[in-house]
Amino acid sequence: MANANSNPAAAGVTPIGLRRRITDHVMTGLAVLTVILVLLPLIAIFGYLVYKGIGSINLAFLTQTPKPVGEAGGGMANAIVGSMLILAIASLLGVPLGIGAGIFLSEYGRNRYGDIVRFVSDVLNGVPSIVIGIVAYGLVVMRQKHFSALAGGVALAIMMVPTIARTTEQMLLLVPQAIREAAYGLGVSRWRTTLSITLRTATSGVITGVMLAFARVAGETAPLLFTAFGNQFWNLKPNQPTAALSLQIFTYAISPFDEWHRQAWAGALVLIILIVGAVAAVRIAVRHGTLAGA
Amino acid sequence: MGVGINVEHLNAFYGKTQALFDVNIAVAANHATALIGPSGCGKSTFIRCLNRMHETIPEARVEGAVRIGDLGVYNGTSATQLRRRVGMVFQKPNPFPTMSIYDNVAAGLKLNGFRKRKQLDEIVHKSLHSSALWDEVKDHLHKKSGASLSGGQQQRLCIARALAVQPEVLLMDEPCSALDPISTGKIEELIFQLKEQYTIVIVTHNMQQAARVAEFTGFFLLGKMIEFDKTEKIFTNPSDKRTEDYVTGRFG
Repeated sequence: MANANSNPAAAGVTPIGLRRRITDHVMTGLAVLTVILVLLPLIAIFGYLVYKGIGSINLAFLTQTPKPVGEAGGGMANAIVGSMLILAIASLLGVPLGIGAGIFLSEYGRNRYGDIVRFVSDVLNGVPSIVIGIVAYGLVVMRQKHFSALAGGVALAIMMVPTIARTTEQMLLLVPQAIREAAYGLGVSRWRTTLSITLRTATSGVITGVMLAFARVAGETAPLLFTAFGNQFWNLKPNQPTAALSLQIFTYAISPFDEWHRQAWAGALVLIILIVGAVAAVRIAVRHGTLAGA
Repeated sequence: MGVGINVEHLNAFYGKTQALFDVNIAVAANHATALIGPSGCGKSTFIRCLNRMHETIPEARVEGAVRIGDLGVYNGTSATQLRRRVGMVFQKPNPFPTMSIYDNVAAGLKLNGFRKRKQLDEIVHKSLHSSALWDEVKDHLHKKSGASLSGGQQQRLCIARALAVQPEVLLMDEPCSALDPISTGKIEELIFQLKEQYTIVIVTHNMQQAARVAEFTGFFLLGKMIEFDKTEKIFTNPSDKRTEDYVTGRFG
């Protein structure tokens, strides 16, 4: 220590330097460790899904509808397509609504109305998903007099809105005021600025929020129980009961048949691959449209 | 061509705080006019009143009359219409980060519904030439984002973007304060050329800069216009004691 003080030029190789280097390594190690801890559950789940499910995934599983109990074979093709249909309806309803609410909160909601919307949206985010299913049941199913993909989509859309709204708001608030002023200074109207400048500048963040909401609702089962309801047969009409992967997994997993258990594992694997695939596809599409240095 | 600016009895407020007190000024067409004064004296507020950027701040308001050429700024003209005739360059370069260099320059026209490809190409080319940036960016107009340029280049990009809308007046709010001396030199040179076509009002903290680029200079203090005269007179023989104290560096 005394050495280091008397000769500052050599500080890099004296005991102080050593202590710093050790601290540096320890802290870096801790950071890596926490990353592993966070990733471990994901890897474990995915690994176990592959281990349990891969054996039951075959062409029939991906192209056929469920067979009656006792008969071997069959698949979840109708549920895969049904899930896509329900998620498409949910995204079509939930994404514009959520982004719109986010724009309101960030650009026009710096006041009491905004605070009310923020509060309500945070509460909605905490409402149990089965309760939202009941709401959609009341809103759509009771009126249509039967279960439908539309009702399932509405339920999932309601779940997407608060997440998308709040992340959109945060992302828009990160856009510097100077960027908005630049557009105003060019004689661009406020709504144009919001859509073409502010929202566009925040695109990647907004998409992250949308993907988070999408991934979250894609695996939801409870809100679909009394809305989409499930279906053993093909259905592509949005006003009819529709199969969904999550529902099918749920039904098969609580059944007493080994064959169905195996199919449930396969269904879970397909579901997670679909979600990861959709998120990755959007990410790649966005990156493709981004300029160098942006 | 540039047009003159006439300001009469201008008062500006932020909520209950008054930022400008009874400012009167006549800015000559096709000349550069510099506004100097210590921080917080109202120079920026003043030029933001000229293109109605002041009112974009919550609770800000303005009283008085401003005429730009034959256009009354505060009686009936829409702010967006006005701002297409009064361009603005800001203190910090603020290119649109997600847009290419080309799109940055074309933004003002495109976002206002102008879609003629050929004319756009021409205007972008001309604007980048006017802002002395063309040679540096011509090879990656569409490939690079406006944010990928250096600070000085970004500021010239912002000038090109303002020029592309073909304004009559160009307001510059300390356009060089975030730039190094070389970039500053380029922009000053630019101002010299630009005033042949535009009326320029430039806010600056740098008195040498005011002396170099502007024919007229106004001195602001505590929200009041203390003195407005030919630049030469302001710097060599000001009529007001406070102006003299400021330009000789006795305060501020």
